[in-house]
Amino acid sequence: MPAARWVREHLVLLLGLAVLAYTFVPIAVVVLMSFNDPAARNVYSFDGFTLHNWADICEDPSMCKALGLSFRIGLLSTLVATTLGTLAAFALVRHDFIGRSSANLLIFLPMAAPEIVMGSSLLTLFVASGASGHLGFWTIFIAHVMFCLSFVVVTVRSRLAGMDDTLEQAAADLYATPSQTFWRVTFPLVFPGILGAALLSFSLSFDDFIVTNLNSGNSTTFPMYVWGAYRVGVPMQVNVIGTIMFVVSIAIVVIGELNSRRRSRALA
Amino acid sequence: MSLLAENGPQNGPDNAAGTDAGGAASADGLRLAGLTKRYPNGFTAVQGLDLEVPRGSFIALLGPSGCGKTTTLRMVAGLERPTAGTITLAGSDITHAKPHQRPVNTVFQNYALFPHLDIFENVAFGLRRRKVKDVEAQVRDMLDLVELDTQARKRPAQLSGGQQQRVALARALINQPEVLLLDEPLGALDLKLRRSMQLEIKRIQMEVGLTFMHVTHDQEEAMTMADTVAVMNAGVIEQMGAPSELYENPRSTFVANFLGQSNLIEGTVLSRAADVVTVDMHGVQVSVPTARVHTDGDRGWVGIRPEKVLIGGEGEALDAPGNTIPGGVVTDVSFVGVSTLYQVRMPWGQELAVFSQNTGRTRMFRTGERVELSWRPEYAFLLDIHQSAAAGVEQGDDD
Repeated sequence: MPAARWVREHLVLLLGLAVLAYTFVPIAVVVLMSFNDPAARNVYSFDGFTLHNWADICEDPSMCKALGLSFRIGLLSTLVATTLGTLAAFALVRHDFIGRSSANLLIFLPMAAPEIVMGSSLLTLFVASGASGHLGFWTIFIAHVMFCLSFVVVTVRSRLAGMDDTLEQAAADLYATPSQTFWRVTFPLVFPGILGAALLSFSLSFDDFIVTNLNSGNSTTFPMYVWGAYRVGVPMQVNVIGTIMFVVSIAIVVIGELNSRRRSRALA
Repeated sequence: MSLLAENGPQNGPDNAAGTDAGGAASADGLRLAGLTKRYPNGFTAVQGLDLEVPRGSFIALLGPSGCGKTTTLRMVAGLERPTAGTITLAGSDITHAKPHQRPVNTVFQNYALFPHLDIFENVAFGLRRRKVKDVEAQVRDMLDLVELDTQARKRPAQLSGGQQQRVALARALINQPEVLLLDEPLGALDLKLRRSMQLEIKRIQMEVGLTFMHVTHDQEEAMTMADTVAVMNAGVIEQMGAPSELYENPRSTFVANFLGQSNLIEGTVLSRAADVVTVDMHGVQVSVPTARVHTDGDRGWVGIRPEKVLIGGEGEALDAPGNTIPGGVVTDVSFVGVSTLYQVRMPWGQELAVFSQNTGRTRMFRTGERVELSWRPEYAFLLDIHQSAAAGVEQGDDD
């Protein structure tokens, strides 16, 4: 039975392809829909090919406004959370202080707590501290920094813990001052961890709906816009944004991979 | 080695001393005085260590793990703070100087090469931090010296263990430190490579003329490489001297056992003359030169190295003016090629080791055969009976 044997020998490959298909089909649908020319607003079927969605992304200005808000909040909270989280990770790994082990444990709490609980308790906090009339950009920003922080600390901490600390001793031994040691040795070696943490922060922030929805006041972020538009029919431009985000993140990964391959090939 | 002779090191205020070969040794080399390291948990790693290392010499700190040799090295490098005592280098007190302020460089046990920099930049690191000119040419010359000139643009991970070791050496050497510290740098290499690197490092040290301080638990390595060996045990230096001096005339049972192998036989002192001490050893009288007697007690350990012991059949004339010790029985024979190692059970129940060179002059003995032992009196030594006869045994083996 040659066919049965072929299947048996390639079972792992076939399963792998099936898993890949499983993860990529939804993305393929998003890409396809970005070229859709729908017959009606709330119909989710491919009715015809058009470049109109790509040519006029901001057909609905409120969508682009929401997108802009999400980007601003995402970038700012990433910057702040990454900086604070990196410093915290250094403190947790490199310095011995009273309460270090409790801090190490507590840092997991925001990751473990259900988002709806965090969101509502934050809202309570904001309202109780008299910020109820001012919910918006800054309250969303504060909330996002809070939940991104633990992810940054955990990511950077593991990178730092895996780093050989004799490297820093070697740098000091070779006449590097403490700040030179940090910028020439520690930082470059921890940087991949910091970059990963920043990318993770941005996507967490950009993506967040539950916490944001509770603390946004009158502001609308992109996920909130999509959620609201869903009832009357999501504009096809949402798929364009999805496709762009997908392509950009794939590009980042591919460029990084090519870079490291080129480097190792040039040296071999 | 012209490249290192030019462009003096930027180290210490009295840099002129480097080119001026004269000067008092105390102001020139490395001096440790009363150096002590006690950890917060109460463990004393180094206890009141005094050590004088003249400029340009090669000293090895030898001892089992936990003896304080690495802690001593790290205090010289500035990576550990001494609890008490002072470190003086080239005339200036560096006891509390930061690591980057000391004219000292270290070859780390795991090499600690910077993984994100290529070989060239690893070697150039110290020069760049000190803003030295002419980095390119100096690094090239240094890579030539360690025969890695073709590997300059590779990353450390792409090199073999032996090559990484040479990069670590080059990275430290290029700065022409007042003292180069080597922290068990050959531990990760296989035996053959280790032997060749030992000779290589010794050659480089003689070429560049810098002071080397080498930490190791491998006694053969210490003896091959260093001019002076300091045997450390439990935070103190047990004995220090030239390798042959330490080996021939150990002052404690620890040194006798840790450096090579020794037979230690209990004996009672019968008489002490000006130049010789006579000892009764289970009924046999042996003499030990006074210079090799390291106890005032009326009992002591008579020590003799296995290769100094002569072995012969019963009644056979042995080429030694000392007394013959009869009644031995061979219990084990291991043939090693150039020599044969015998274990001989003596009438008092102790087994003695005998190394016999396979010169062909004497025949081989078989297990169970009755033999007699002897040695030249000038090779024996006498140690304090209160020291353990097992001190230092088996601790020097590679782990």
